[in-house]
Amino acid sequence: MLTLRLQHVSLGYTKKTVIHDITFEALPGEMLGIIGPNGSGKSTIIKGISHVITPSSGHIFLDGLNVAAMSRENLAKLVAVVPQNPVLPELFTAFELVLLGRTPHLGLFRYETESDYAIVRHAMQLTNTIDLAERRIGELSGGERQRLTIARALAQQPEVILLDEPTAHLDINYQVETLDLAQNLCRQQGLISVTTLHDLNLAAQYCDRLILLHNGRIHSEGTPENVINVQAIKEVYGADVTIYPHPMNNLPTTYIAPQRSTVTQSK
Amino acid sequence: MALEVIRGNAITKGAVNYASLHRSRIYAIAGLALLLLCVITITIAIGSSDIPLTTLFNAILSKIPFLDIEQTWTSTIETIIFQIRLPRLILAGLVGAALAVAGTSYQGLFRNPLADPYLIGVAQGAALGAVTGFLLPVAWHIASIPLLSFLGALVAVGIVYLIAKVGKTLPMTTLILAGVALGAFLSAITYYLMIASGDKLHGIIAWLLGTFALTSWWQVAVVTPYIIVGIVIIWLHARPLNVMQLDEDQAQQLGINVERVKLILLIAATLITAAAVSFCGIIGFVGIIVPHAVRLIWGPDHRFLLPLATLSGAIFLILADAAARTVLAPTEIPIGVITAFVGAPFFLYLLRQKKRAIF
Repeated sequence: MLTLRLQHVSLGYTKKTVIHDITFEALPGEMLGIIGPNGSGKSTIIKGISHVITPSSGHIFLDGLNVAAMSRENLAKLVAVVPQNPVLPELFTAFELVLLGRTPHLGLFRYETESDYAIVRHAMQLTNTIDLAERRIGELSGGERQRLTIARALAQQPEVILLDEPTAHLDINYQVETLDLAQNLCRQQGLISVTTLHDLNLAAQYCDRLILLHNGRIHSEGTPENVINVQAIKEVYGADVTIYPHPMNNLPTTYIAPQRSTVTQSK
Repeated sequence: MALEVIRGNAITKGAVNYASLHRSRIYAIAGLALLLLCVITITIAIGSSDIPLTTLFNAILSKIPFLDIEQTWTSTIETIIFQIRLPRLILAGLVGAALAVAGTSYQGLFRNPLADPYLIGVAQGAALGAVTGFLLPVAWHIASIPLLSFLGALVAVGIVYLIAKVGKTLPMTTLILAGVALGAFLSAITYYLMIASGDKLHGIIAWLLGTFALTSWWQVAVVTPYIIVGIVIIWLHARPLNVMQLDEDQAQQLGINVERVKLILLIAATLITAAAVSFCGIIGFVGIIVPHAVRLIWGPDHRFLLPLATLSGAIFLILADAAARTVLAPTEIPIGVITAFVGAPFFLYLLRQKKRAIF
């Protein structure tokens, strides 16, 4: 079974280490979520696994192979990323954008074939973007672009999909649709999926296992019930919240209370 | 193993007929190649002494071995065709192709519509080298000007590269800024030398504006290898250039070795630009406008954009050179004047036609 394993990994940029000595494993078919405040290093982990940055210490293994030692092309056949704020070429059509997902399979010289087009069309169907195929990226909304980058990741036919804040630009309908899609792919295709999320409630609803980051280290790890609790949120986010089980599935649901309502209550 | 769902299923809804779109672009390439041949033929024929097309065809056919064609034309015409006009317009075509391809790859590489082949110091380095060449004894000019211009361009870009490099990576914004700053520095020296050059000033300005007068075969022979090899290398990187229209992180995550592609394209584009300007001067406008015009008409896919720009650049500069030597004959107009004077209105017209994002 394919596994993704981070072993004592530290990651960072030229002068600053962002992630300190973290170790975890992700398994096929399991939705692994990474949560934590702004700047806690969520996106840096995604960049490390996709080898945009190289660990300053420790190793990232995919199926026993060291990610930093693989060729970019071979890595891109296995690992696809849906980045948070991607630059997308405005003049490309949506179809051309998703077709870029075929890059690692084509190499420098091969021309794409009908089977590549079929893969692209299917990826666009799954993400509900097929109707946009001939539209130019410049004309599309943030949510549509987000779904197209997911389609592009699917067109890579990866074993691992890394989603960096996939719901950030989406309205509530597409938030649910996107995470349903991620969950289905993960379950049915046995993909390894690592998703960073801001929204604790979405994280609780969709992820089988959560890693809570605090200043670049793992604060706690486990099922949503184990990780999301009042004390942990206070420690990591510095926020006072109330947590109740969700009425439909008992998963922990975080409620915030603005300052004025607590003031009113105490009167 | 993964994503079987995605494999195979034929879906008709929203199916884009890319095969036909690609076919139409391939027809465009073939059409432009044909147009290039026509333009070459016509521009050989016109000039201070017009040559009838039948004479021209016979003269060209007579050069093919084993084809026995009686020479019915004078040796003057023979010289005009083969020693004066043909090398000149072949050089113009090569230079136009080189500048257009270099401009396309710089615009793609920097993801910046303002990029042109002279962006990171090639022009200023070449100008300083050429002006230095002019200041040497006149007898050396024929070799000193192109050689020093070529070396000046390469050294300037080399310095810019070394300044901008951070460890193993090359931040593109730093590269542009370093190019602009070093360019200003080199221009300061060039301007001073020009003021101090006395009676050579006219020749220097003519070179800076570009000219193909006095082109002969040896010049074509010298620049051809650089330009052909450079253009082929850039063509081969059309797919990575497409992917690099995303940001660098995404390009890496799609399997592109970004730093290697940047380096290869920078070297190739710099070499062909340096070779192109070394004999004929800093011809402006071709390298920025031809790529945009081609992109406006045929779209942003570099696999078609690069060959289409190659052909369009060649056609554009051959025509511009024909205008330069015929419009005010016997006086030659500097070619840089023609490219901007005719090219700019045409480009503005295209901009008006397509009222959408152009890059």
